[in-house]
Amino acid sequence: MAKHKKLEDYRDQIEQCVKCGACQAHCPVFGEHKRESIVARGKVALAHALLNDEVKLDERLVEDMSKCLLCASCFDKCPNLVPTDEIVAAARREITEKQGLSSFGKVLTTVLKHPRLMNGLAKSGKAFSSLLFKKVPEQSGLRLRFPAPFVSRERSIPEIAAQPFRESHPEVIPGAEGKPTVSFFTGCMINYMYPEIGEALLKILKFMGVTVIIPQDQGCCGLPAISAGDGATVEELSRRNLAALSRHRVDAVLTACATCNEGIGRHFRHLEGDYATLAEKVVDMNVFLVRQGLDRLLAELPRKEVFQRVTYHDPCHLRTQGITKEPRALLKALPGVRFIEMEGADRCCGLGGTFSVYHYDTSKLIGARKAPGIEQSGADLVATACPGCMMQLQDTINHAGLKPRVIHLLELIARDLPA
Amino acid sequence: MDQRIIRILQEIVGKDQVTTERADLICYSYDATQQQYLPEVVVFPADAKEISLILKMANAEKIPVFPRGAGSGFTGGSLPTRGGIVLVTARMDKILRIDSENLVAEVEPGVVTEKFQQAVEKVGLFYPPDPASLKFSTLGGNVAECAGGPRCVKYGVTKDYILGLEVVTPQGDIIRTGGETMKGVVGYDLTKLMCGSEGTLGIITKIIIKLLPLPEARKTMLVLFDSIDGAARAVSAIIGGKIIPATLEFMDATTIDCVRKATGMQLPESAQAVLIIEVDGEREMLERQAQKILQIVEPLGVVETRVANTPAESEDIWKVRRLVSPSLRKVNPDKFNEDICVPRSRVPEMIRAVEAIAKQHAIPIVNFGHAGDGNIHVNVMIDKKVPGEQEKADQAIEEIFAAALKLGGTMSGEHGVGITKAPYIPMELDPAAVAYMKTIKQALDPNNILNPGKVLLD
Repeated sequence: MAKHKKLEDYRDQIEQCVKCGACQAHCPVFGEHKRESIVARGKVALAHALLNDEVKLDERLVEDMSKCLLCASCFDKCPNLVPTDEIVAAARREITEKQGLSSFGKVLTTVLKHPRLMNGLAKSGKAFSSLLFKKVPEQSGLRLRFPAPFVSRERSIPEIAAQPFRESHPEVIPGAEGKPTVSFFTGCMINYMYPEIGEALLKILKFMGVTVIIPQDQGCCGLPAISAGDGATVEELSRRNLAALSRHRVDAVLTACATCNEGIGRHFRHLEGDYATLAEKVVDMNVFLVRQGLDRLLAELPRKEVFQRVTYHDPCHLRTQGITKEPRALLKALPGVRFIEMEGADRCCGLGGTFSVYHYDTSKLIGARKAPGIEQSGADLVATACPGCMMQLQDTINHAGLKPRVIHLLELIARDLPA
Repeated sequence: MDQRIIRILQEIVGKDQVTTERADLICYSYDATQQQYLPEVVVFPADAKEISLILKMANAEKIPVFPRGAGSGFTGGSLPTRGGIVLVTARMDKILRIDSENLVAEVEPGVVTEKFQQAVEKVGLFYPPDPASLKFSTLGGNVAECAGGPRCVKYGVTKDYILGLEVVTPQGDIIRTGGETMKGVVGYDLTKLMCGSEGTLGIITKIIIKLLPLPEARKTMLVLFDSIDGAARAVSAIIGGKIIPATLEFMDATTIDCVRKATGMQLPESAQAVLIIEVDGEREMLERQAQKILQIVEPLGVVETRVANTPAESEDIWKVRRLVSPSLRKVNPDKFNEDICVPRSRVPEMIRAVEAIAKQHAIPIVNFGHAGDGNIHVNVMIDKKVPGEQEKADQAIEEIFAAALKLGGTMSGEHGVGITKAPYIPMELDPAAVAYMKTIKQALDPNNILNPGKVLLD
């Protein structure tokens, strides 16, 4: 049984915070609104006060706990490794339980009563009125990420694919003898919005002779539900994914979405037992491809005369795991790409699961910080390794009126492979 | 707090910039000292005029005001020890100008030090002071505490770069001190008086900063010694050899052991001390300087030398130093970081004194820091939950201060006095000097409303 930790279970870690203030340098939200209640140190102080009954779980605290991207940038740089992202997620679950509502988002909607977002209701995203959105199951994180009445009409959202990725493929795609067998955990965004990323990965794996299993009964990774403090849904999704991904014996479970990697990787490790065992097999596709030597293979291909200038954005959920070299190694090896590093490549894009739904203005400000780096790099394309980041980066680029297009780096690799 | 006062504050800074919400009071009750005092109200002024009005009101109403930058101090300088108003400078965070012709910049106090350094480096200029907190501490706080850092051995401390200030006095007048010329001797040097005054004599609202040309390149070396003495003598020998490196950082055997255990980093067992030496300047000069330094230290018991040839290798060396603080927790959960400073030739004696104190009280004490200028971070490591440990630590700290003073040093090189060192002031300053300082404080702040109880106990 997958059981979440309670806020109380984090007491020791909460008490490890020495209030040094280093998190102030790394919190993207604090960068926009310099109030202590936003930064990790403040959130940890509030969580501690909550445990000691020094503050009430009132509207103000709900709002404070909502202002976190769960990007873990603070955890990454914390001298005492206090997991503020997990602490905030636990606080959100506590709030949801106490208020008797299914998700933190619902609690928040009653608190924020955001007039401008409400006005957006009628005209909001074509995606939601679209019949196609009905293909997305009730439990998908996409529904938490885009709860119809609350998505700003200013946001650019990709269309829902006519046919979900997983339905377009058999469960097992055999590769060559002696090559590894992998499961592909697609996640919702690749399945419903960006099937082309999945197609690109299949093409690459085929080229490498890898046998691919796409478990049809896999579901949402659960991270949007974690972000929304919806403990019951997270538990159900975790059980389902464990079952789906345990049916086949594989060498690795691949993700092509940084968020999903966090959802069935780091999160599963915390759940311990069979979950942790499975988490050991979860590998980000950049890491897998480099381990398999794809970068060396690509580097041997003849360079193309016509190339595109490509820069790279580090998704927080890969960067905080130290996965920064592999994607760059792949991009640099591509014959049709000239790689350019941009300033602020490691800055958060500002999406943060449900954060951008309820704090779109702040999300946009955080996103806008990426624009100068993108523009000055002179890149034609901004590659990244997370569909969530892709959506947000494209939104940032559209608002800033810049030229580059956002692309998943798997698509670039697939394009440059020999026929 | 009286609703009337809150309304006045709201009129001064705007409704959104005043808060009495419990969540906010909790969030502005601490700094890196790990002590907590709840304020009654927190305000976020936008400029000197607003601060002036707040201080005038505070004088009329006799309410204490506690200025706060990033709340990253180690001695409690920004803690609201007597309730009252916490005044946060975070909104005043603009770099007003960078003048490449006169090598001068003007900033507001809430600018984060590293942001400022990056901005001036973009135009080929250099602001050397580099406190460990530079990624998040503010220039206002750096000036108020006169922050230091590794580079101070060559370049000096914060006060050496401050040409002038705009200050709101404790009674609410807005004054300018100094100016933007390299020279200026008209009147008392109030700029220097403000530097390191820990927010007790005025609130800094603008800072005029002197800049240097950015050194073309830097070269980093890691040298491991078989004895503390060897490392300490190396420091004197390098400087005696007429080379002043940009940094001369030191780590003792316990520190090396912490880093080794916590990170699995390969550092030879025979190493009893480490020096991280960085030289900066013109590229072609650096190679020669590095070679000369290695020659100088060679006879002093060198176990191993690593010289960085690329920025990445240099980063690897600095990583050793940066891993120190996080590694220390493995020794004991609670750390008291004291920043004594002695004349650099006395560093070996100081280390020996600390080792004796550690032995006598049977508590681990870890030493590292800025050997080049004699500023050693002495970390007394205890577990506060164990009965009697706190008392042992307090005793050890007092003995450490006494040892530093005996060697002609000071109890604080860069952290300031705040509240944690205030009780020890009589050990270092003679009564007449304390009286002189108190006279200044009383004359400028007769109602004792600005950061009361800090530096000198009243």
